[in-house]
Amino acid sequence: MSIDKETVRKVAKLARIAEPEERLEPLAKELSGILDWIEMLNEVDVEGVEAMASTVETQLPMREDVLTHDYTGGGKPEDIVANAPKTEDHFFVVPKVVE
Amino acid sequence: MTAQPRKVLQGATGDWEVVVGLEVHAQVSSNAKLFSGASAEYGAGPNENVSLVDAAMPGMLPVINRYCVEQAIKTGLGLNAKINTWSRFDRKNYFYPDLPQGYQISQYKDPIVGEGEIEVELDDGEVIKVGIERLHLEQDAGKSIHDLAPKESYVDLNRSGVALMEIVSKPHMRSAEEGSAYFSKLRTIVRYLGTCDGNMEQGSMRADVNVSVCRAGGYEKFLETGDFKHLGTRTETKNVNSIRYVRQVIDYEARRQIEVLEAGGQIDQETRLFNVATGETRIMRTKEDAHDYRYFPDPDLLPLEFSDEWVEEIRATLPELPDEKKRRFVEEYGLPLYDATILAMDREKADFFEAVAKGRDGKMAANWVMGDFFGALNKMDRDISDSPVSADQLGGLIDLIADKTISGKIAKDVFAIMLEEGGDPAEIVEKRGLKQVTDTGAIEKVVDDIIAANPDQVAQVKEKPKTMGWFVGQVMKATGGKANPQAVNDILKAKLGVE
Repeated sequence: MSIDKETVRKVAKLARIAEPEERLEPLAKELSGILDWIEMLNEVDVEGVEAMASTVETQLPMREDVLTHDYTGGGKPEDIVANAPKTEDHFFVVPKVVE
Repeated sequence: MTAQPRKVLQGATGDWEVVVGLEVHAQVSSNAKLFSGASAEYGAGPNENVSLVDAAMPGMLPVINRYCVEQAIKTGLGLNAKINTWSRFDRKNYFYPDLPQGYQISQYKDPIVGEGEIEVELDDGEVIKVGIERLHLEQDAGKSIHDLAPKESYVDLNRSGVALMEIVSKPHMRSAEEGSAYFSKLRTIVRYLGTCDGNMEQGSMRADVNVSVCRAGGYEKFLETGDFKHLGTRTETKNVNSIRYVRQVIDYEARRQIEVLEAGGQIDQETRLFNVATGETRIMRTKEDAHDYRYFPDPDLLPLEFSDEWVEEIRATLPELPDEKKRRFVEEYGLPLYDATILAMDREKADFFEAVAKGRDGKMAANWVMGDFFGALNKMDRDISDSPVSADQLGGLIDLIADKTISGKIAKDVFAIMLEEGGDPAEIVEKRGLKQVTDTGAIEKVVDDIIAANPDQVAQVKEKPKTMGWFVGQVMKATGGKANPQAVNDILKAKLGVE
């Protein structure tokens, strides 16, 4: 499978990764190489084999519908905004975004 | 489905049909969020209900809330839909400040609930069927506030991670009325089930409204072939949060699209916003590629699997749903379908009616509940929950009419006293001496006195039997309205010799 330069440009843009123009062509080659390598998996016949979601026999763990007070719970707005460059009254303050 | 094109709109160049589909977001009524133990409650201070998981701090992993899964299954059962015991979560990738993960955990290819169908009542009593395409679980995003500062937006992540059920309809609605009636019915169902509080002002329930128009007959072809090319290009109007607005959006979009097409233009598949103040929709400015979400299975979450036994356990907890209740009201209480529909629409109203009707005449109970009682509540701007008259008391009043202790007319007066001052109807009747006089001896005495005092009227009634009404009025006046009207009539007829 080959990835062209324009696809790399688009994917980079969608992922908000700034790639200089001169890197697009080499990246296209590298990504194509990776995909070709993964393509090898298609050589295995998986007819009738169920897709595997995990390497161990396990089920999706579930939580009960109760409020927690450790890092998985709320009630700590100071901690939540602690790393933000700008805050006010426990809000994150970001450059204006209007759709 | 009818074979006739329904509700055709006339344009300058011919007839058009409207086709509507809704994507409704209903917030699961849970204590905690879908993947964290932070509170899902509305109205807390900024970032108060945010855990490190919701803020997408590095290393945090989602753990699904079992109750939210249960509510999604319950809602699916209420929509008569297929429950998928194997489903999966995907990441929907996009960048926005109120989405700290950079993706929303949603279900793309394998939703927890598949196809279903519900009945929707229209204003004229007609019932249509609307297909459900799917229901899936997903996270809500945070909230950006744009008007607190000129050059900055304020972000509150309290909603971030709250569990939503997205309920997608098939394009089965054909008019503004059908679209809004469907939205209303969906709200009734989730409120009955208790899976969503249906509070639209707080955003617990909102609709993305898809509208397209096609030439008359196009929809039939779509139904026959399943091919969307027979339908027009649709627009999607986001976040419409009232039943009335859904109706306005469909009306406006249908008219706008017909105008554009008839002027030789074309409709682009686009996202629009509804302006509540003007009743118009406008295009939402979107960047190119904005809809390239690059879904892929979330590697942090295993597939969501559960047993058929669990589904059956949940099914066993389902309350009687509005459609079943409506049918039972017709059969059990002999109500007209229209009355049954109105009462069944709201669980609180239905429960109140049943408490009044139990062991009594159903039609009489419905008349009192829907007429005098709801009318009074409306006037007082109150709900059943803070009504001055309880179901027991209203039932007691009906008993007094049924056993002829009071007449229907006096009952209205007693009801007015109950509203004003509260209290037990039997006591009110007793204390104020409002009991109906059924003692024929006492009524005869009054009748005799009136006949003796009014020889002219007696002569006249022989000529014109209709004037007997005057005597009835006199007797009622003399007895303070308490004489049993039937007894008064019988006695007067006998004494005056009127047939």
